[in-house]
Amino acid sequence: MAKEVKLLGQWVSPYVLRVQIALELKGVSYEYLEQQFGENKSELLLKSNPVYKKVPVLIHKDRPICESAIILQYIDEVWGAGGPAVLPSDPYERAIACFWVSYIDDKFGPSLVGLIRGKTDEENAAAAEQAILGLELLEEAYEKSSRGKRFFGGDDVGYLDIVLGSSLRWIEVIEIMRGIKLLDNAKFPLLMAWAERFRAAAVVKKLMPEAGKLMEYAKEVQARMNAAAAN
Amino acid sequence: MEEVKEVKLHGYVKSGYSTMVHYALRLKGVCYEYVEEDLKNKSEELLSLNPVYKKVPVLVVDGRPIAESLIILEFVDEVWKDNNPFLPQDPYERAKVRFWAQFFYQKLVPGGYAIRNSEGEARKKAAEEFVDSLIILEEGLRKDLYTGVPFIHGERPGLLDVILSGSHSTFNYLGGLAGVKLLEKERMPILCSSLDAFVELDAIKSMAQDFKIPKPPAPSAA
Repeated sequence: MAKEVKLLGQWVSPYVLRVQIALELKGVSYEYLEQQFGENKSELLLKSNPVYKKVPVLIHKDRPICESAIILQYIDEVWGAGGPAVLPSDPYERAIACFWVSYIDDKFGPSLVGLIRGKTDEENAAAAEQAILGLELLEEAYEKSSRGKRFFGGDDVGYLDIVLGSSLRWIEVIEIMRGIKLLDNAKFPLLMAWAERFRAAAVVKKLMPEAGKLMEYAKEVQARMNAAAAN
Repeated sequence: MEEVKEVKLHGYVKSGYSTMVHYALRLKGVCYEYVEEDLKNKSEELLSLNPVYKKVPVLVVDGRPIAESLIILEFVDEVWKDNNPFLPQDPYERAKVRFWAQFFYQKLVPGGYAIRNSEGEARKKAAEEFVDSLIILEEGLRKDLYTGVPFIHGERPGLLDVILSGSHSTFNYLGGLAGVKLLEKERMPILCSSLDAFVELDAIKSMAQDFKIPKPPAPSAA
């Protein structure tokens, strides 16, 4: 049964983490296949995602599904009975959740990447500004959509919780690396409290990458980039 | 969802995203009010409906705004799900349709900006890359979805047909800028068949009559 579902992933990827959380929430057994970076992409990955050659890829009954947002919707549709719905069932609430997921992928996520890869002070400052703007919007969105409940999705971890929550470890790492505070308790009290609850959820505790390991990885990436820039 | 009372679309005549939403609403037989926005002088209403991006299209349903065209399209499909469904029933087929819809936004949209924001040799190159992306789309659709009927994933127009046809004028405009024909029947039969069949739909043909959409300005004003 476990072989029926495979997940091609990379342990550092928040997009992969999203899918792992969703699968766990639905009680789906799967085989996890860690993929290599760079030039050594596996045959399976290249065959399963020829267009983007990226993780995550969910393979269900030998059929690949790519792009984390699409995979999460697929999981919700196929394993609906396995656990509470990941996406809101009300069309309007679903549209709002999708809007913020799209914002995270188009604006907030790239600002975090900018903070990891930024080479100059200007680049880092711009990325930090964008990230903080994102958090401001998300703090407001949380207030509106949760209506006093524990998560964006209500009583249970939902789509937007999974997507934003999957970036928390990276936010921690960036804060240490860059010596800045992004998730500031004074500015974002609701998000801070939400983040605590998210991290405490059993499924998340089980799957979040270790901060120390991620930090080491981030330093390696920086070192490689600096070396490349110096040449 | 309970019966919906009031539907209003804020759009712009030259916006492909705006056109996509028109098409979606027409195909579903929805009655709606249309507000043409002046993008150089955006209304207070638009800015308050879409404070994050301040862009069109925005669909307002019973006073609640939805922004981002792809999100609006899926929303419209869910609310008016009994008329002309835009997505297949099977989850795997749906995932494939969504994948190619995302491809459009991830590759063709930036590709279009690349053509628009460049000149000379760089623009030529951007146009070539745009055509390459269209070919990837064509071949991907052939492999993943095509069943030999005029529309991309079925006998009736679906999400991808709406996105493609909504962008038709934009493709023509980009081709004009680059001095090349971006859509070629021989190389892209599935895409062209969808476009040809779409304009023949009654709901779409009647759009000009039912709707007083302002005519786009003459080319020299663009």
